[in-house]
Amino acid sequence: MEILDLTAVELGERIRRRELSAPEALEAVYGAFRARDRNWNAYTAFEIDPARTAAQHAQTLLDSGETLSPLAGVPVGIKDNISVRACLTTCASRILRDYRAPFDATAVRKLKDAGLVPAGTLNMDEFAMGSTSETSCYGAVRNPWNRGHVPGGSSGGAAAAVAARECVCALGSDTGGSVRQPASYCGVTGFKPSYGRVSRYGLIAYGSSLDQIGTLARDVRDCAALLDVIAGADAMDATSVTFPDAGFLGALSGDIHGLRVGVPEECFGDGVETDVGERVEAALDELQRAGAELVPLRLPFIRYAVPVYYILATAEASSNLSRFDGVKYGYRAEHYTTMEELYTRSRSEGFGKEVQKRILLGTFVLSSGYYDAYYNKALKLRQTLVDGFAEAFGRCDVIASPVSPTTAPALGASLSDPLKMYLSDVFTVPANLAGLPGLSVPCGFDRQGLPVGLQLLGAAGADSTVLNAGHAYQLVTDWHKRRPQHSEEVSGNV
Amino acid sequence: MKYEAVIGLETHVELATKSKIFCACGGHSTKGEPNTRVCPACAGMPGMLPVTNKRVVELAMRAGILLNCDISRYTTFDKKSYYYPDLPCSYQITQWFHPICRNGSVEVTTKDGTRTIGIKQIHMEEDAGKLVHDDWTETTLVDFNRTSVPLIEIVSKPDFRTADEVMAYLEKLKTMFRFANISECEEGAMRCDVNISIRPEGSEELGVRTEIKNMSSLSSIRRAIQYETARHLDAVERGTETLVQETRRWDDVKGRTFSMRNKETAADYRYFPDPNLMPILIGDDWLQRVRDTMPASVEEKTAEYQSKGLSEKEIASLTSERALCDLFDAVTALGRDPKDTASWILTECGGILRKHGQVMSELQITPERLSRIMEKVSGNEINRAAGRKVLEAVLYEDADPDAYCEAHNLGAQGDADAVRQVVLKVLDATPNAVKDYLGGKKKAFQALFGGCMKELKGNGDPQVIRALLEEELSKR
Repeated sequence: MEILDLTAVELGERIRRRELSAPEALEAVYGAFRARDRNWNAYTAFEIDPARTAAQHAQTLLDSGETLSPLAGVPVGIKDNISVRACLTTCASRILRDYRAPFDATAVRKLKDAGLVPAGTLNMDEFAMGSTSETSCYGAVRNPWNRGHVPGGSSGGAAAAVAARECVCALGSDTGGSVRQPASYCGVTGFKPSYGRVSRYGLIAYGSSLDQIGTLARDVRDCAALLDVIAGADAMDATSVTFPDAGFLGALSGDIHGLRVGVPEECFGDGVETDVGERVEAALDELQRAGAELVPLRLPFIRYAVPVYYILATAEASSNLSRFDGVKYGYRAEHYTTMEELYTRSRSEGFGKEVQKRILLGTFVLSSGYYDAYYNKALKLRQTLVDGFAEAFGRCDVIASPVSPTTAPALGASLSDPLKMYLSDVFTVPANLAGLPGLSVPCGFDRQGLPVGLQLLGAAGADSTVLNAGHAYQLVTDWHKRRPQHSEEVSGNV
Repeated sequence: MKYEAVIGLETHVELATKSKIFCACGGHSTKGEPNTRVCPACAGMPGMLPVTNKRVVELAMRAGILLNCDISRYTTFDKKSYYYPDLPCSYQITQWFHPICRNGSVEVTTKDGTRTIGIKQIHMEEDAGKLVHDDWTETTLVDFNRTSVPLIEIVSKPDFRTADEVMAYLEKLKTMFRFANISECEEGAMRCDVNISIRPEGSEELGVRTEIKNMSSLSSIRRAIQYETARHLDAVERGTETLVQETRRWDDVKGRTFSMRNKETAADYRYFPDPNLMPILIGDDWLQRVRDTMPASVEEKTAEYQSKGLSEKEIASLTSERALCDLFDAVTALGRDPKDTASWILTECGGILRKHGQVMSELQITPERLSRIMEKVSGNEINRAAGRKVLEAVLYEDADPDAYCEAHNLGAQGDADAVRQVVLKVLDATPNAVKDYLGGKKKAFQALFGGCMKELKGNGDPQVIRALLEEELSKR
């Protein structure tokens, strides 16, 4: 069996048993990147020297017999908006094209401390703004199941790399579905933890009250093992929390007898593609067969989620991205005569169209005279969502739905109809607004052969419950083990 | 018609904290080479997050308590957005929606009497960096040392009528804040924006208001208020110009204000709550703890020192500086007499500092060392003149009092404790002589005295030795 066919947990076990070394695992990933990534454009950079240093370090730790994560020695791809010391961290934006982070994000530091190996920088929508990974300044990422389709976004590079076996597992970020939706489109497993579970220190912010670092991998076990490494309160992030539960991998019993699975009426009906609806309903049947109890739900408030999300996220983004001004670091316009010109030209030339659009939208909703009508109203509706979910989780343990109403759209189709793209976030953004943990697991294919994803949400802090439900599903299905044929056909032998 | 000025003040005060408001960098903006007091957080690097310095919140609470404010139980940090190169994130973290203190007041006394000035609010915020213009190379450089240095802004109600009142208010804030260790109030650590309008005396309506930005010296503030008031009067009474609501700049050299004709005055700051900083909840316990640990005020210290018998003059001198009070309190806590301590701090330390061209506020000595010197003098180990000599060495050579005395052969012979040890040793070593003496042979005293002197290598004070010998023999 090829190294890259192993799950992260299996690979970690081989490394621990000395059947493989950390540097060998890294070279396998690097080799796959070099041989095949031209097909998918999943990476923005792969700086091999620091990765090799980290792999050596991991091997030394392993050899010293220290107790480490079960994933010690495993290479982890890092989304291009998570800081890795001395490495390019560019948010797939021209404005940060040559920027190297002067420090490690807390999540990355924890990976290194536990003997994992940050390896390669993964492509994304510019500043994580998008649902297709087409707005990257490095060009669009392709879906390994069909090159004519997008991989989803914004963590599209991470999802594509895991699906195409160019990467074992990865860290992404999820502001409105950016881990779960590409995981769904690419047929891999993606998890967004509860807000505050993972430190945001070093994650280049999009919407600070919504952003959360998440994991993309082959299966739920890998996601849980990665989460064990990166979770925990951090003195550098005032919004991070230590939740009472821990030991996610160890908590995966696979037993879901009596688990109450909420099925919201609003997530199955108009607007959901027939194939997607059918596949997700079949998944619900599987969960029921495994012992879960299905509970019909109504979540009328989720119809506010998309407008509320696009007001809050863009407002926060307009502020978070105002530091990119051409003064201190990053791109500076070549020609300017006044300070104002330095700002406007650097920002107009440095940011792509989608980012500029969202900055303008966010600036508008915060403007004096509009604050109450938009931002403040959105804050109140957000509270309605939080309260509504709290009430719903009194009646069920997890909420099941499609991750997205459709499978991966064709390249270019979304950019021409942005409203449709925004609306397709309808099932993922509620979790960010309410700070809930959300999981995306593969649950079949549509008639074009594109993957469909099942989303499972839990109450804030109930990450273990969600992961265990997903794990139970993966014990009785094998959708997560399917691999795209193209990954070999296009690339030839490795 | 008689007019009166209506003046309001926004006063920014730099807080005396060890570190900046949202990161671990050292405070004290004025010190250090450019861009040496800066970290990725206060330089606004991507991915950095602010974490609130608890001390800042406590000092702001302290200021609010001093100015009789209501302390908010729920307070938030908000972002104020504008582009300027000295602002690394292009937003300033400040408090807009829920400031930490509201509705205070402070009494100010001038030659015309005492009036109460209302305080609208006090809020916390971070300072910006500094631009350095180099005319020679026509470049502008940015120094981020001051970025994120903690400030409180005290917003008064428009209750001032004269420049004198404003001066008295600022002097009072300065004394209060220095005394409560809220701010060192050094040059430039207190900056003011002044709002001025005039109206017919007795009228309730307000005239056209102008704001003079960012002044830091008291004399500039006084002159600016006087100039601006006169300008408004001329405009209203003689029609020299039409007043417009605007922001103005004081030019200290030209002695007049100038309109700042730029877009800044019309800026839309797009305030919104900073999602990176959780609202701060101030509970009863915390507020009580801050009240309990509040340093005593000038008034409280004065009463305390009166009860210890200090003179008016001594009290006034000690309470001019928090540090002097702290030194006095620490030295007396070590068991030294209050009057004697005041005299040593004010007369002896003060005299030596003056001799070296320094002032009281520059006094640096540990309570232990000062106490030790006083102990040596009061215990007759050394005389006062020698004590002064030791003090000078401690102040200017960082000498240790005991080591200095030993090295300079000061007072070894008078050290009663040391002599007593020798006496006891001699008495124990020569039991026969003791027996003889106690038996009535007075001559034996000479033998014992000689033994002590020999032990002290001839350096003993005969009087002291004799007295101690008699004392110890009487116990046997």
